[in-house]
Amino acid sequence: MNAQSQSFVTEDGRTIGPTVLDLRNITLRFGGVEAIKDISFDIREGEIRAIIGPNGAGKSSMLNVISGFYVPQEGEVWFRGKPRPAMKPYEVAQQGIARTFQNIALFEGMSVLDNVMTGRLAHMKTNILTQALWWGAAAREEEENRAAVERVIDFLEIQAIRKTPVGRLPYGLKKRVELARALAAEPSLLLLDEPMAGMNVEEKEDMSRFILDVNDEFGTTIALIEHDMGVVMDLSDRVVVMDYGRKIGDGTPDEVRGNQDVIDAYLGVAHD
Amino acid sequence: MTDLRTIPDFLDRNADRFAGAPAYREKEFGIWQEWTWAQAREEIAEMALGLIAGGLEIGEHVAVIGRNRPQLYMAMVAVQCAGGIPVPLYQDAVGEEIAYVLGHCSAKFVIAGDQEQVDKVLEVQDRIEGLRHIVYLDGRGLRKYDHSAMSSMETIRKAGRDTPRDEMDRRRAQQTGATTCVMLYTSGTTGKPKGVVLSHDNIVATSKASSEFDRLRQGDEVLAYLPMAWVGDFIFSIGQAMVTGFCVNCPESADTILQDLREIGPTYYFAPPRVFETQLTSVMIRMEDAGRVKKAMFRHFMDHAKGVGPRLLDGEPVGTFDRLKYRLGEALVFGPLKNTLGLSRVRVGYTAGEAIGPELFDFYRSIGINLKQLYGQTEASVFITQQKDNEVRSDTVGTPTPGVELRIAENGEVFYRSPGSFVEYYNNPESTASTKDPEGWVATGDAGFIEEGTGHLRIIDRAKDVGKMASGALFAPKFVENKLKFYPDIHEAVVFGNNRDRCVAFVNIDLTAVGNWAERNNIAYASYQELAQHPRVLATITDHVNAVNKLVARDGMLSGCQIHRFLVLHKQLDPDDDEMTRTQKVKRGLIETKYADLIEGLYGGAEEVYTETDVTYEDGRKGKIKATVKMCDAEVVPVETTTLEAAE
Repeated sequence: MNAQSQSFVTEDGRTIGPTVLDLRNITLRFGGVEAIKDISFDIREGEIRAIIGPNGAGKSSMLNVISGFYVPQEGEVWFRGKPRPAMKPYEVAQQGIARTFQNIALFEGMSVLDNVMTGRLAHMKTNILTQALWWGAAAREEEENRAAVERVIDFLEIQAIRKTPVGRLPYGLKKRVELARALAAEPSLLLLDEPMAGMNVEEKEDMSRFILDVNDEFGTTIALIEHDMGVVMDLSDRVVVMDYGRKIGDGTPDEVRGNQDVIDAYLGVAHD
Repeated sequence: MTDLRTIPDFLDRNADRFAGAPAYREKEFGIWQEWTWAQAREEIAEMALGLIAGGLEIGEHVAVIGRNRPQLYMAMVAVQCAGGIPVPLYQDAVGEEIAYVLGHCSAKFVIAGDQEQVDKVLEVQDRIEGLRHIVYLDGRGLRKYDHSAMSSMETIRKAGRDTPRDEMDRRRAQQTGATTCVMLYTSGTTGKPKGVVLSHDNIVATSKASSEFDRLRQGDEVLAYLPMAWVGDFIFSIGQAMVTGFCVNCPESADTILQDLREIGPTYYFAPPRVFETQLTSVMIRMEDAGRVKKAMFRHFMDHAKGVGPRLLDGEPVGTFDRLKYRLGEALVFGPLKNTLGLSRVRVGYTAGEAIGPELFDFYRSIGINLKQLYGQTEASVFITQQKDNEVRSDTVGTPTPGVELRIAENGEVFYRSPGSFVEYYNNPESTASTKDPEGWVATGDAGFIEEGTGHLRIIDRAKDVGKMASGALFAPKFVENKLKFYPDIHEAVVFGNNRDRCVAFVNIDLTAVGNWAERNNIAYASYQELAQHPRVLATITDHVNAVNKLVARDGMLSGCQIHRFLVLHKQLDPDDDEMTRTQKVKRGLIETKYADLIEGLYGGAEEVYTETDVTYEDGRKGKIKATVKMCDAEVVPVETTTLEAAE
């Protein structure tokens, strides 16, 4: 496990740092159902880590454990070298973790700009009174936050819909707005729950490019769940494969692709 | 600074005279960022010195590719300051096209807007000899790239700051009006593109004449959104901008142009008919959804404006009541409408490139926009003819721009001689000789005539496209196509009939207009292909074709060009498939070969034809579209003896 504390540079010139998040023997139960059974893996600084698996494998539950939304009955989550206690969602956000959702969770009636602005909440320090009065530090803060939001809007090329209410946007763009909101938080760890579900080929290509660019430009560590194997294999540095709550594979895309258990899980074999 | 010979000379004058006035603006991060003339001069000098430090020699070509951005415009002037020749390229050009141009002009540097453009250049780089360095503006996604022959514009400018100015001053001192100002590749409907060499004299003389013609002045605003490789954009955003000192505004992105247009409110505006049409279509579609009162008000005042608006613009006498009613309309309808379109402040508006429909043209003029037509081409540094303020008509292209002489050859081809006519085609003396004679007359390739009485030029068609039908009647496809394209439902049309006994046509539907119509009429469709073949769509198009046939039948000389049969194409004609030029002109010959089976079907009387068509997707991959295309019959108006006269 020593090797994991060292940084190295990948073939394409990105720096992969030490372990950020270490999941140790996680078990998560909902009543009698074991959604996750004794799973351990880690996420390293600067990498794109994919979690894949068939429907009901426990991927989203896993992501919810990482984001602190679910607290596992057994096992520990180590974040930046320390065991992480149970936290409120806002505390998670303050730690630099942001996420997107499988079923888009935006404020439909608000403009894209306002939606993305909500991602800045953790960066706002002034109180509601000074904000309402647009007083001193609050005005300055709003400007800084707006500037940060504009950088994200520019980055994801959604200038043209800046002032459009989210409810009027097509699905693919909503997904992009959700990514924008997560990015606005300037996260160090970004969790993406099926960022490409329901997209056509062109939208998938765009989204893939944005994910790679985020990772490349800001050095953001990314953990993502995705069904499209082609996308996963192209994007990620390492892949965790889950099936029926268990980890059945872990490694580089090539290693995972050759793993017999993974092939069985995807192609289907008789379970006894 | 007594005589101003070159574009950099004008830059210096502007920086001295209008130092604090805006030269460029670009919307970035949601805010309009501004460069004053003084700042522009400084930034251009840094770029120029950086390029010199990077090894740019006098007379070397530098390709510029990207979307309209102030830094790219400044980079072009910087290349001139450094003694080089800027060669702007179409930003949507694919690798092959870029490879051809870069190879043909043996470009030494490429200045690229972003990663997309850099990728295209890198893809073909090993085929281009002598390409030394790529400079990029937006470094996003490029960090991992090999930077041994690549650097950011920031780096170049930084190098420029550390370079003494005397080398640039020495190079500039050698420049005269005859020095090459820019080289522009004509898209060309046939064959490989040709590099048109334009001197500073060409650009400065035309910019001056045309600016004076329309009284353009410092303080005017333009929005630069048309391709930088197109000569018009070079004249408007560099030539006239430098000569008059007005401000060039660049949109935030290609998708925000209409919003940016509203925010800037240009005073001088150019758009091809297509853009005006799109704007009008979007207005009309939204009016359909408006309430009954608003709709009635819109109709009432638009009807009034149709009669009164153009006359007011032309300064003709208008009765007091009509005048007052027009004022009321201005307050209630036209004013807000112009504001929505972003055209409230337009003093001079131009359209060119294609024929504009009379209804479309009249619409804009009736709401008080001084929309005019001009006729020009790359070889003329744009301007050949222009319409004077009170001589505006939709069916002519105006009288010669000051300084231009016109001549119509016996076969009807239009020739001109002007201070703006190009120096030569780069490395292509044969083409130069066949286009420009020793006395300086340049062949336009267009057939037309000068109208008696008014002296206005009217263009019929491309001279080479004008042919004869089997009966000997004159065949002018564009004449018919334009009439078809005036219908908002029809995006593009191609008419065939040269050396045949009858004419047939391909029609492309306009997805926005027809799609909206389908939505309102509860017609479900899954794809462009399906919508195009929908029986009700075919019925509508048949009506349009019949109506056009009636119009064509009225024109004695061209009545033989009525369309007997037609089809609605299953895919949109696309420059990526080499069916159109980058400036959206159809490549007739290539289409004829590619869709030979469909044409055969039309002439052979088939009901429908199954066909497979190669397509190129935006990312360069190839695919096939399979479709069964229905053939439709149109009503033809019987014509009397007139065809025989034309046969003479």
